[in-house]
Amino acid sequence: MYALIIFGLPLFLRNNYHLMVLNVAALNIIVVIGLNLLMGYAGQISLGHAAFFGLGAYLSGVLTTTYGFPIWPTVILALVVTGIVAYAIGIPTLKLEGHYLVMATLGFNVIVYIVMIQLDAVTGGPSGFAGIPHFRIGDFVFNSDRKIYYLFWGISILVLLLSLNLITSRVGRAMAALSHNEIAAKCAGVDTEKYKINIFVISAVLASLAGSLYAHYITFISPGTFSFFYSLQVVTMVLVGGMGSLWGSIFGTVLLTLLPELLHAVKDYNVLIQGLILTGVLVFFPEGLFPGILEAWRKRRVVVHKRSVSPGREP
Amino acid sequence: MTQEDVLSLNGPILETREVTLRFGGLEALNSLSISVEPHRIVSMIGPNGAGKTTLLNAITGVNLPDDGDILFRGQSILGLKPFEITALGVNRTFQQTQLFSNMTVLRNVMVGMHPRTKSGFLGGVLHLPGERREEKKIKERAETLLERFELLPKADWMASHISIAEQRRLEIARAMAGEPATLLLDEPAAGLNIRETEVMGDLILRLKGEGQTVILVEHNMHLVMGISDWVIVLHHGSKIGEGRPEEVQRNRQVVEAYLGT
Repeated sequence: MYALIIFGLPLFLRNNYHLMVLNVAALNIIVVIGLNLLMGYAGQISLGHAAFFGLGAYLSGVLTTTYGFPIWPTVILALVVTGIVAYAIGIPTLKLEGHYLVMATLGFNVIVYIVMIQLDAVTGGPSGFAGIPHFRIGDFVFNSDRKIYYLFWGISILVLLLSLNLITSRVGRAMAALSHNEIAAKCAGVDTEKYKINIFVISAVLASLAGSLYAHYITFISPGTFSFFYSLQVVTMVLVGGMGSLWGSIFGTVLLTLLPELLHAVKDYNVLIQGLILTGVLVFFPEGLFPGILEAWRKRRVVVHKRSVSPGREP
Repeated sequence: MTQEDVLSLNGPILETREVTLRFGGLEALNSLSISVEPHRIVSMIGPNGAGKTTLLNAITGVNLPDDGDILFRGQSILGLKPFEITALGVNRTFQQTQLFSNMTVLRNVMVGMHPRTKSGFLGGVLHLPGERREEKKIKERAETLLERFELLPKADWMASHISIAEQRRLEIARAMAGEPATLLLDEPAAGLNIRETEVMGDLILRLKGEGQTVILVEHNMHLVMGISDWVIVLHHGSKIGEGRPEEVQRNRQVVEAYLGT
């Protein structure tokens, strides 16, 4: 059903700009699902996902363009490198209980941003890095928004499905356990440190994947895209969609990616309205908009059900 | 039966040797040595602050002792992490139940099987055939456990929505899911009424009947004296007496510690 909507949608969209916005939404979904695994299942927050996103983009972009590396293997290489970097950050910070990861990733984001700007011989500095090749499979080049649409949404659905598999597995159960009650999880035999680090690495790798895809789609990257602001944006998307709800992540991401576009009409009030919506969500649906709406709908059904039939078992 | 007799029979399954654990200036455990022989119910009693829960925390790796050694099956487990100690076969419950409250009753028990199963990230992400088989096994075994603990009808309930007595039983079921050689129960009857406490006592006896070694920390003397094979009395982090229930009840020092005279 979901896949049907996704793949049917472009048939009704004539405007390439609309497709581009949706393509960016697909990339954001990949980042946000990864981040939600970390926030909703490991109870940790990263404020440096823009840096991992940027690492993927710059590694893919620079290596393929300047050094002539083949595209797909380079994307994989970028994933591995980002994974190693995340592991190095995660080891010292995630062994400690508490939110040390927030500070470490925040600092890391700032450092990566400065390196992108200062290392202009390699990265092109503040003016950016251009001429990145498009994806291709054989002679088929992914050079239009429409072709990219299917590629990106295909990948984002795959990421969603695999993540849904993960959270319903033994590992996912252990993750959920450690985010609910770390001490109980430890005493039930879960190596909480290992899982927290693994999830963080997976989360960073997904951001890196999105970054690589971005670089070979837009073909131009500049440091501004990978600033701390993007890190905040994806955290907000997780919160609005609901921590621990992967479908909510899709909802939150699409909403917050499209919202600024829809609000172009009221240009001057754009930021104000966004702010109001975010505040409203956090006040009225602290669990997230998607779970909040589901819950409200479920309650209504229960009420209706109670009126017509005798009350059933209600856990 | 003296401690030496026990050692010569088949050796204790769990032993602490002169364990000292300080919180700041306070000695929560003071050179404490205890010995637990297998297939018995060994109870730890003593006034509040005697160090009973601290001892369980030291055994399970939650708190690291400042001095002394802890042996499980003759091997030191000092310095191991809680999950490693659980994997070896020491499982526990908590004074304040520590359930995964947002999970169903069934899933709580399934988490308990973590150390006895092995599917990893790859198996989970791809739902590989081996992983599916193991998941099926985990679910079946969890349901069997729930049936044994009379929780099967509530398998799909949220853990936070069942009664206190059921939560206590669920915590034991989760611990048993890890197939422990030694089960540590921290006040399993706290918050239960007389009838529920009796049921809990029968349940612990049933576990012992199946060969389970149980270390019980409990304030309810009726329960302790009714089911224990051996009672250890703690006071200010030290052992002030031990013996069979009827011996301990006659012990003058023990009575004094409790009455504060």
